Amino acid sequence: MSRGPLLFKDIDTPGLAGLEVYRGLGGYEALAEVLAKMSPDDCIEVVKASGLRGRGGAGFPTGLKWSFVPKDTPKPKYLVCNADESEPGTFKDRELIEKDPHLLIEGMILAARAIGANVGYVYLRGEFAWIQRILDRAIAEAYEAGLLGPSVAGTGFRLDLYTHLGAGAYICGEETALLSSLEGYRGQPRLKPPFPAVEGLYRCPTIVNNVETLMNVPGILANGAAWYRQWGTEKSPGTKIFSVSGPVRRPGNYELPLGVPLSTLLNEHCGGMRDGFKVKAVIPGGSSVPPLPASLLDTPLDFESLNAAGTYLGSGGVIVIDDRTCIVDALWNITRFYRHESCGKCTPCREGTYWMAEVFERLERGRGRSSDIDLLDEVADNILGKSFCPLGDGAAMPVMGAIRHFREEFEYHVTHRRCRVNRRREELDALRSAPSAVEVTA
Amino acid sequence: MSHAPVTVALETRPLEWPEAARKQVEEALTHYPNRRSAVLPALWIAQRTWGWIPPGALRLVARTVELPEPEVFGIATFYTMFNLQPVGRHHLQLCMTVSCSLVGADRLYEHLRRRLGIEHGETTPDGRFTLRKVECLAACGNGPCMQVNEDYYENLDEAAVDRILERLK
Repeated sequence: MSRGPLLFKDIDTPGLAGLEVYRGLGGYEALAEVLAKMSPDDCIEVVKASGLRGRGGAGFPTGLKWSFVPKDTPKPKYLVCNADESEPGTFKDRELIEKDPHLLIEGMILAARAIGANVGYVYLRGEFAWIQRILDRAIAEAYEAGLLGPSVAGTGFRLDLYTHLGAGAYICGEETALLSSLEGYRGQPRLKPPFPAVEGLYRCPTIVNNVETLMNVPGILANGAAWYRQWGTEKSPGTKIFSVSGPVRRPGNYELPLGVPLSTLLNEHCGGMRDGFKVKAVIPGGSSVPPLPASLLDTPLDFESLNAAGTYLGSGGVIVIDDRTCIVDALWNITRFYRHESCGKCTPCREGTYWMAEVFERLERGRGRSSDIDLLDEVADNILGKSFCPLGDGAAMPVMGAIRHFREEFEYHVTHRRCRVNRRREELDALRSAPSAVEVTA
Repeated sequence: MSHAPVTVALETRPLEWPEAARKQVEEALTHYPNRRSAVLPALWIAQRTWGWIPPGALRLVARTVELPEPEVFGIATFYTMFNLQPVGRHHLQLCMTVSCSLVGADRLYEHLRRRLGIEHGETTPDGRFTLRKVECLAACGNGPCMQVNEDYYENLDEAAVDRILERLK
């Protein structure tokens, strides 16, 4: 059964990761023709016209980004695929590469040709060593078949592709930190401008695109912008892969046209909530974006509608929080993540995430003060927009959003010195008070 | 980053790349226009060769990529996956981030620490297991998730964890 209109159309086909099956389904079929008939500028124009926006989180228009690469430079140019997928709630790129690595390679060939790059890197998060092996095998197959190397598909265009493994650092998903890491430095972000398109890897023009973004390119260039625009909305064309997690019946990745209501994703595709659970809040775009309360579940999942609802499409990582989960506890968990992952370069982010976690702990332990909620909001506001990269914004926005929508539940912690609900804590307390039923191994 | 302070084990034995590792390092060096960029691949190869990165391996990596040793130390400590202390044969890395927490990661951690008699960051006396809480592994739809060395185990519950522990000798 097909799981989606584009990237997920054939995703569960057995053996798709191998070149033969991929080709059998039409893979690489249009490649030589596109390379022969379309100039690099034509390719950029078509991607611009398609309205494709980055699928990694920031949503920057892809064709526009490509057009920023200077054409008259003697420097080499680089294409980098961001497969650092580390945004909590997001797990789409790993399924895409694991099952369909040749589509990524085909997308990278076309993107590299459009921007004039002869070398490409795929930066995978360190935990994805097993996915690196799958992609390395596919790359080796592509070299053998003459689809990579000195003359891609016999066109004379040269492209070498390499995979590069990170080693455990969320910050390396931020494009300038990723480039620092790829160059062999600590993965810390750089000030923009200059933007990577002008001065990126090894101070050369570099385009960094997300896995899902690059995988949309072959379809767009083979079939045209109008074809791609049959999915999605006028301003948010195409499909998006939504990664759904939390206590729903069928969590997982779903490819849907942009603009589908959040409630349709959760009820029709994910089968609703597990028995005994109701939705309290949904974080629609990975842990860095503000949560939506249950009253806004009809919000269409596209860039503009989510912005109007006070949040973001982000990476499409949809985290469902149920009514028996304490919202303060959930946000404390998220804040600990950012405290751990802050690279330490900018004071507002490094110190702010620490202090937010301290205040959350106080509230959760029943020691909160009446001024703490405003204090949290103020600390978050002092991180927002005041650091080099968006990691700090990602730490601040969910906290500010949670206070906006669930202030009453925060206040309950101060007035009652405990959570209103907290099934996580209850389960843990029950387990701890039970006699030890398990024996120590060893 | 809020990591535990790193203490360097007193281990001064000079190390050289074994033949297979040396070939991998040489291959990695061809991927980049300078030697420095191969520092992460070289650290990975060292960790796979020795199970962790002893000080001698840090020095070997520094020589290989032609960087000062303190700089390589600074890079290795920035990334959470490089083990500058020995770890057990099976490095249990349980995701504790929000999505896994919503479906029972905290219960599983409690189960693991009781079952193994160790806490976060500790190793069983027989050197079989190291237990560690980690941040999001990008397995949120199949939580709770645990990475053991380089392998993912997903959709876990207590019974599944027990079966995995039995298998990992």
